[in-house]
Formats: sequence, structure tokens, C-alpha cells
Amino acid sequence: MSSTSGVRSVLVANRGEIALRVIRACRDLGLRAVAVYSDADASAAHVRHADAAVHLGKSSASKSYLNVEALLGAVRSSGADAVHPGYGFLSENAGFARAVADAGVTWVGPSGDVIERMGDKATARATAEAAGVPVVPGSGVVTSTDEAVAAAAEVGYPVLVKASAGGGGRGIRPAGDDDELRRVVDEARREASSAFGSDAVYVERALQHPKHIEVQVLADTHGNVVHVGERDCSLQRRRQKLLEEAPAPGLDPALRERICTAAADLAREVGYVGAGTVEFLVEDGEFFFIEMNTRIQVEHPVSELVTGVDLVAEQLRIAGGEALSVDQSDVVVRGAAVEFRVNAEDPDEDFLPSPGEITALELPGGPGVRVDTALAVGDVIPPFYDSMVAKLAVWGPDRATALARARRALAEYRVEGVPTTLGLHRRLVDEPALVAGDHDITTLEAFLAQSS
Amino acid sequence: MGHTIAARTPGVFYRRPSPDAEPYVADGATVAEGDVIGLIEVMKTFREVTADAAGTISRWHVENEDEVTIGQELVEIDT
Repeated sequence: MSSTSGVRSVLVANRGEIALRVIRACRDLGLRAVAVYSDADASAAHVRHADAAVHLGKSSASKSYLNVEALLGAVRSSGADAVHPGYGFLSENAGFARAVADAGVTWVGPSGDVIERMGDKATARATAEAAGVPVVPGSGVVTSTDEAVAAAAEVGYPVLVKASAGGGGRGIRPAGDDDELRRVVDEARREASSAFGSDAVYVERALQHPKHIEVQVLADTHGNVVHVGERDCSLQRRRQKLLEEAPAPGLDPALRERICTAAADLAREVGYVGAGTVEFLVEDGEFFFIEMNTRIQVEHPVSELVTGVDLVAEQLRIAGGEALSVDQSDVVVRGAAVEFRVNAEDPDEDFLPSPGEITALELPGGPGVRVDTALAVGDVIPPFYDSMVAKLAVWGPDRATALARARRALAEYRVEGVPTTLGLHRRLVDEPALVAGDHDITTLEAFLAQSS
Repeated sequence: MGHTIAARTPGVFYRRPSPDAEPYVADGATVAEGDVIGLIEVMKTFREVTADAAGTISRWHVENEDEVTIGQELVEIDT
């Protein structure tokens, strides 16, 4: 009898390192893991390590990992009784979550309704306010430039114009004054309409030097909600995270407690089920909700390293109808962990995406080192998917030790055949603001501008 | 004279800026050097494919949403 009573066979609707991560969790729990793959991934690690694998279609994402019909067909033909979506692709697609549930199969995550509610930024903001969670001062949906200008007068410049249906850092435009705002609002509405299928935008105050701090939450179907501590993900380029850590350095313990409690309150308010992340901006002792991600995140390993909670295994247990294996008092943060994203991009060429063949690969090891990747020598990184191909997560009993181990591991880490962000990480890990832990969301771009 | 425009990056080729938009260039259209004739999606970013010679679009070697490799011939133009 497996420990996840309601689930026995999990179809992993993803690829790369996160597919492998989920397959490993299935193994640990004694569950059958079913991989899916595109033409380009026929011999990929996630296919090799699964119990069964189903071909989806051609290589482009729309023909394979985003192909709902092919995925539902794979669920039927494989006999899977649950679907784990990983991150990206269809992981926050309410329609897919509903289609899986309608097929009588367990969706590893919150319901389609919750995904939809938290996926729309304006609705998510309103939900946060209802749960008593502070939000960045901002407007409701604005439908004209005049409305936007009036809204900006209330929240104060500089502002950001955001697409209500946007996400992943896309669909956001800054404006410093009325003239600039008038220019960008129409642009933003047009872009939002074509990129997200809705021209709804709103205006929000642009904080100047905030930290990005997010809280991992877990909620089961029995009404138990816990937070699994926070992560600092301030080091971002064009709003894409590059380095994350837990716990957040320099965060006042009382403020940390309020932020983590607010995240759990929000999860309760929406009737959340599964693993999720509530993201905040923190500046001058204040914190503001920005969005909730209704899935496992790339940077989940740092939370696992400092708490010992296996977040993916918890997702599967929750999906099987079990109660959380931990209560809030069991979640104790020990030491510090840092994660580095290894992207197949060339930092010297404006982060040009660089698919290609891996001709040599040497992975780091030793105390405190965890590598999550599906890469092997001879693999060809396809051009069709995300450029994030490997992660390095390092734990130490304190932050200074974690960073020292990170320097050692980054020195050992060797990927040849394609340019990667490893060299950038080797420089970044000595950046004084990072070492001091007082970095914010402007630090990485300033560092890149300075070093170019 | 015939001239062939080749892919400079692998990925997925698109003839239109967005799924419901008109193609960048119609069959038989005249293009100037530097005109955008399509997009290639590589690792979730979009790179423009530009004509590296002026002429008339004569024959496509690929279709919209085809997967292309680096150096693959995309379209012929009569110069």
C-alpha cells in the first residue's frame, strides 16, 4: 500500500529537471511514474527514468507539452490516476486542470477555479485585500488613459502599468509621469490584448528598492495550512529570477512572522490545496502582496534544504487525500541555502538563448551540494523550450558557509558545448551586496550594467 | 537571380507576428533588404528573420510553425 492512498500512478506533464524531480518523488513514495515526451526529448533523462513514457507529438511546445488533447490521450492510454504539471507549460492553466478532473483523474494542485482566481492579477489583489493581506497601492482595472492618469495621481509616481492577465514578469511597463503614462497605457493595453487575450490593465505604485520575498505554503484537503518559510528571490534580470535563497537574509524576525502568516491566511482565504507560493515586495519594513503562483516553483529546493520538507512528495500526498505530514511547529528553518539557475544563455551576448549539444559535463558534489538537472553529455538542448537547464542548490549551517560551499561547487561545475550563466554566478557570488545580504531587485541589473 | 534566406538560429518558424495577424510578407510580395519576413522562436524568445537581399518572394521551403534547424533554407527570393 502506497503512502498516498488515493494516487498510484502519476503522469508527469513536463520535461527536463522538474519532470525528473517529480519522477524521483514518485519513486520515493512507491508510485508509478509516467513520462511524456516530444520528438526532441525521445531519449531524455525524464523518459529513461520513468516507469512508462508516452509520445505526445512534434518538438514545438504547442504540439507536445502544451497539447491538451495529446496529454489527455496519454493519461488515458497510460492508466495514470493523477497528473503532476510541474512548473511552466500547463501548470497554471485552469482549463487543463478542469479537463484532468473531468476525466476522473486527480490534478496535483489546486482546483481550476483557484488557479483562475489567483492567476488573474486584479482578482488576486482583491482576494489578498479580503484576506487582510497588504497589496501595493494601486488601482482597479483602468479602461482609458484618463482613468490611468487619475489612478496614478492617487497612488503616486513612479508607477507600473500591469496587464491583469499577465505573469512571469511579462506585460509590465513603468511610467514616471503623466506624459509617459499616457504613452504607455495604450501600448500596454494593446500588448496585453495580444499576449494574454485581455486588454485589462491596472496602475500600481513602483517601489524603488524592494526585496522580492516569497513564502512557500502547503495546504491539504483537510483544512490544514502551513507555511514552509520564505525565500529571497531579489536577484532578477528583466524580472526573471537568477539566484534564490532561504531564509531571506536580514529580514527582521517579527516582519518575517507577519509575512509568513499573511501567506498562510491568503491560502486559507482562497481554499487553497497543494503547494503554492505567495510573492511579496518588501521595502522599509512594509510588505505588499504581488502575486500567487499555484504550482511548485523552480526555486523550491532552497526551502527543502533548510526545512527538510520534501515539497514535491507533500504535493503528491495532498493529491492522494492525505493530511500534511508536518504541522506548523514541525517546520523549523535550519542553516541557509542558495540556488543558482544554470541557463543555456550567453551573459556576454545579452543573454542570447543558446541551444546546442553538451560536449562535456562535470557536476559538483561534496557536503551541502544538490544538483537538479536532466542533462547528460551528448544531450542536445533543444531550441523549443525554456533555457533553464540545470540548478545548483547549496546548503550550509550558516549563510557564510553556504556561500563558501557555493564558490567551491561553482568552481567544480563545468558545462561545455553551450554558453551558460555559470561564469556569471561565479562573479555574482562575490558581489558585496549579495555577500552582505542587502541586495534588492535592482542589484543584479546594476551589477550587469557595471560589469559589461 | 535566385537567393535563399536561411535560418540563423534553430527553433520554430512563424510567418505571422501573432496567430491571428496577416503574414509579414504575402507570396509574390516584393521585399527590401532588412524587411522582416518571419520570426523564429528559440527558447521562448522571438527573433526576427530579415531579408538579406531585395527581391520578390518566389518559393517557401518551410511552412508556418515548422521546426527549423540552423542554416535551413526558409524561402527563395528572385533578386
